[in-house]
Amino acid sequence: MSSERRSKVSRSVTHLILLLLATIVLLPYAWLLVASLKSREDFFSGMFFPPGDGFLGIAWDSLTLNNYTNLLDMGFGRAAINSIFYASTSAVFATFLSAATGYVLAKSKFRGRTLMTLVVLGSLIVPPTLLIAPSYELLYHLGLLDSVWGLLLPTFAPAFGVFLFRQAVQQSVPDELIEAARIDGCSEIGIFMVIVMPLIRPMIGAFLLITFLGMWNNFISPQIVLQSASKQPLSVAIAQLRGVYRTDYGLLMAATVVSVAPVAVLFLVLQKQFISGLTSGAVKG
Amino acid sequence: MSLRSPDRRVVFAWAAMTPFIVLFVVFMVYPLIQSAFLALNQTYGPETQIFVGTKNFELLIEDPVFWKAIRNTLIYTLGSLFIQLPLAFGLALVLNSRRLRGRSIYRLIFFSPQLMGLVFVSVLGALAFEKRAGLVNRTLAWITTDASLLEIDWLQSYIMPTLILISLWLYVGFNMIYFLAALQNVDNSLLEAAEIDGAGPLNRLQHVIIPSVRPVATFVVLLSMIGSLQLFELPYILLQGNGGPNNQGLTIVMYLYQNGFELGDLGYASAVGWALALMLIGLALIQIWMVRREEAMR
Repeated sequence: MSSERRSKVSRSVTHLILLLLATIVLLPYAWLLVASLKSREDFFSGMFFPPGDGFLGIAWDSLTLNNYTNLLDMGFGRAAINSIFYASTSAVFATFLSAATGYVLAKSKFRGRTLMTLVVLGSLIVPPTLLIAPSYELLYHLGLLDSVWGLLLPTFAPAFGVFLFRQAVQQSVPDELIEAARIDGCSEIGIFMVIVMPLIRPMIGAFLLITFLGMWNNFISPQIVLQSASKQPLSVAIAQLRGVYRTDYGLLMAATVVSVAPVAVLFLVLQKQFISGLTSGAVKG
Repeated sequence: MSLRSPDRRVVFAWAAMTPFIVLFVVFMVYPLIQSAFLALNQTYGPETQIFVGTKNFELLIEDPVFWKAIRNTLIYTLGSLFIQLPLAFGLALVLNSRRLRGRSIYRLIFFSPQLMGLVFVSVLGALAFEKRAGLVNRTLAWITTDASLLEIDWLQSYIMPTLILISLWLYVGFNMIYFLAALQNVDNSLLEAAEIDGAGPLNRLQHVIIPSVRPVATFVVLLSMIGSLQLFELPYILLQGNGGPNNQGLTIVMYLYQNGFELGDLGYASAVGWALALMLIGLALIQIWMVRREEAMR
């Protein structure tokens, strides 16, 4: 076999393997979407679409949005609104507070700066699971159990954010620019808002996304902190739904679609920031 | 004193940091210290606490369920390290080739499960691995035309393989992104030189590519280990809160959760938390030590 032919064969094999793997990744999505449109009776008829007399041999008219309307009737819309509120509030506050702190630790000179940097960065090695039990006890004593603030406040001060913003400021905000602004009479707050924030915009975008996603997907905190059903976000609501309606597959599938769709849309809009945001932990080493 | 005096800057510095510091001290530093005290107490809910000294740790060492949880968690961690990371690296190598058509769409596809998030992937995974109704069994039965495969009860009988398979689906593409980034560090002229010198693909991989990828690989290994050892949501949702038959799917953090929030013993839960933290810190130190030693040997 000539080497050219061999490389052609190996390229086809590569493509075949990639296609197979891509199918394994994509198939569950298709299954999820189609099954969320099937009624309980139709669930077992056909792996994907229910067979029938319609176009392509599919019973199109037996597809239904009932699972979605049932979800709404069960108050699942409330959980979606909660998730959006928790994730965006947490993202905005966590980003702003850690950007301000990261900027100060990178550029200001004051007594105790080294100590503070060490404490904040050192706290990164604390595994979050260690804090589950004592945080619950603390929230109990503060009277913040089953309160939205008990869920949100602890997410507003991420040490990881300070680390990222401190680094971003060091890399992309020159001292001369800050000095020049001071000479021009710009206030310290003005320098931060007008000069520094625009220069670290990529990191702001990335961190907003990291924290938004982190809160959207957070399960253990709302599970422990919140008790009222009306306060639960999607992550907890969907797990409880499975506890009650384990065999109502269509309903669970619709709930999953509803929970994932906003993030998927966000991704399509902000693809670039997304990847850099999700991998910005890579500078951690 | 002028408006631009250094004092004003110090005032601004502290003012800008105050909200963060207050929240950080209350919700990070205090719970960390408190977790050490809690570990020395037996509690019934947050109200009743009895000081028991090191009793929690003595009980923990002799607790067969705890050891079972460690065993399960380690199996899962090794599974993710030894199956997931080589697969992720292999995919990155293939998708790094500029000649490959459609490589950006493949990257997007493999990365996409990460967008769903762990909790929602767990729900989808639980549905896909259901017996009779699930996608996995139905596909298996369809390919082999053997209807008895529909009855495989993954969640009850094969929970560990199920956890590893779902985590493959979720994390391979994510780790692939790290490796793809690392492959940008490979010096192309070095690769060409090796090729001219007659180095085959395997030789090039071993002597040129792997050494340049190593720092990122070390980081990815550490990150996967830290994440895997704290596995909670996936088995919790798949098994609906308990450890499965004979605790086959119980993980360390699930055991922490059960003790703290189902039995109400926050003290014992904190002891489990400290045992896990020590394991994590130990692993991190071992890895740092290994990297240092390697650098020293070079």
